[in-house]
Amino acid sequence: MNEQAKPGKTYKAGVTDYRDNYWEPDYVPKESDILACFKITPQPGLPREEVAAAVAAESSTGTWTTVWTDLLTDLDYYKGRAYAIEDVPGDDESYYAFIAYPMGLFEEGSVVNVFTSLVGNVFGFKALRALRLEDVRFPLWFVTGCAGPPHGIQVERDKLNKYGRPLLGCTIKPKLGLSAKNYGRACYEALRGGLDFTKDDENVNSQPFMRWRDRFDFCQEAIDKAQAETGEIKGHYMNVTAPDVEEMFRRAEYAKELGTPIIMSDYLTLGWAAHNSLSKWCRNNGMLLHVHRAMHGVIDRHPKHGINFRVLAKMLRLLGGDHLHSGTVVGKLEGDRAATLGWVDLMREKFIKEDRSRGIFFDQDWGQMPGVMPVASGGIHVWHMPALVNIFGDDACLQFGGGTLGHPWGNAAGAAANRVALEACVKARNEGRDLEKEGKDILTAAAKHSPELKIAMETWKEIKFEFDTVDKLDVTHK
Amino acid sequence: MSDVQDYSSRLSDPNSRKMETFSYLPQLTDDEMRKQVEYIISKGWNPGIEHTEPENAMSNYWYMWKLPMFGETDVDTIFAEIELCKTANPKNHVRLIGYDNFKQTQGTAMVVHRAEFSV
Repeated sequence: MNEQAKPGKTYKAGVTDYRDNYWEPDYVPKESDILACFKITPQPGLPREEVAAAVAAESSTGTWTTVWTDLLTDLDYYKGRAYAIEDVPGDDESYYAFIAYPMGLFEEGSVVNVFTSLVGNVFGFKALRALRLEDVRFPLWFVTGCAGPPHGIQVERDKLNKYGRPLLGCTIKPKLGLSAKNYGRACYEALRGGLDFTKDDENVNSQPFMRWRDRFDFCQEAIDKAQAETGEIKGHYMNVTAPDVEEMFRRAEYAKELGTPIIMSDYLTLGWAAHNSLSKWCRNNGMLLHVHRAMHGVIDRHPKHGINFRVLAKMLRLLGGDHLHSGTVVGKLEGDRAATLGWVDLMREKFIKEDRSRGIFFDQDWGQMPGVMPVASGGIHVWHMPALVNIFGDDACLQFGGGTLGHPWGNAAGAAANRVALEACVKARNEGRDLEKEGKDILTAAAKHSPELKIAMETWKEIKFEFDTVDKLDVTHK
Repeated sequence: MSDVQDYSSRLSDPNSRKMETFSYLPQLTDDEMRKQVEYIISKGWNPGIEHTEPENAMSNYWYMWKLPMFGETDVDTIFAEIELCKTANPKNHVRLIGYDNFKQTQGTAMVVHRAEFSV
């Protein structure tokens, strides 16, 4: 019998402590619970248990006061429970709170619904100075209710006939301002030089200088000719991100009509519901889906507030996407190595064990859901290739924008330089050589047969991006 | 501009046709090829041989040379099969595949013999 139903339980208006109802240190999480780990930075002077319980309450059933309708339901079942609190290593003001949510709180298959609860009103709660969602454990019942990647890594390889190596791509620059025909030219050159993909940038939609349909037409011709010329399958991520959902589908349908193999979306700015629809469309229409994460830095970069990228990555795997930008570890953009490796596993593997050294707070079982291919893109060039192949392995897409287009002989030569470097690294790795130690020798030897690679190595020799990351894993004690 | 080199790929040039993994490197020597076969074996993948007429190279289905060599771990045996396939199909491209039955796809695939052809 539950609390409310006990004879004699009466309605008493007023405010009780959150911890009386929502702090349950003895609670053993159920297999079916959705579990969340929050990093809490409270206002000074508040007891930890009270704040953790408040977060549990505000992200599930609770409000600030008792209401008579509480007695019309089984609140004891529906409430989220804070069941553990842990120190954040090396941090005196923040701590982790672990909260379990019962399955009945959520709509099956709705990522939108889960996050509207978990990162809803609670993030504006006054008792908190900052709040960060670090990780979420999705139980199998929820995972299997989501469609997941339209195709997944294996099917993509089979469709593209590319095995035993990472894929190679390139974002066309300048991002904005090229005419459709000049843009298509840049794609054609990169594809004929040996890249597998070229890519629209996140904000390439349908501006006056290049409307989407013209871009799709010219890029498709680039793909077709490069395919005929090289005998390899090529693609261009045609960005169908649009001002409204009807327009998004109009662009996707036209891409399909052209026979193009892959399109793309910006899942955070497009919106999760729209993205989920697009992903389902992609599976139904045999279209690969590349996903850009524009806006993620707003949400995931601050170490004490927002949502960690590992949660956004898990969310995308559930919503569906065949590629997702994951950070490069090396290169110009933010990304801690261990943390990146952690979410790369969360994107690709079937079962990922809790591992605090990589920021993974829960075991995550994906059942049979296919994996998402991580995309390493941003400020990388041929000299990074040995490290990239070592870090990411084969199931990744490495994207060199400036590192292709900035080659002194043009895009085709830049693409060939990257392809030669990639294959030399894969060959050396298969031979058992240590890529990060012998990288220079491996590339230098390969450049003897490739003037394109030799010039690329001379051009980019000195470029390094050695700023410390802002968002580091909290794994070391002071 | 005199320093800038032209990229010599042409629709009309058969040498511009690439063959996926390792086709941008110089033809692997026998010694180098052995190491790649050893890699396939070390991963626990099943070696398989396929071949095709160059004009049909874009097809997903090249002709299987016999069946994949399930459980074969001897490099010499695999090399001998490649030679048999080449001899029996002198005008064809030949590729070596490592089937990964856990990932249910090919762990790797590489062309080990590139036939002469014209376009």
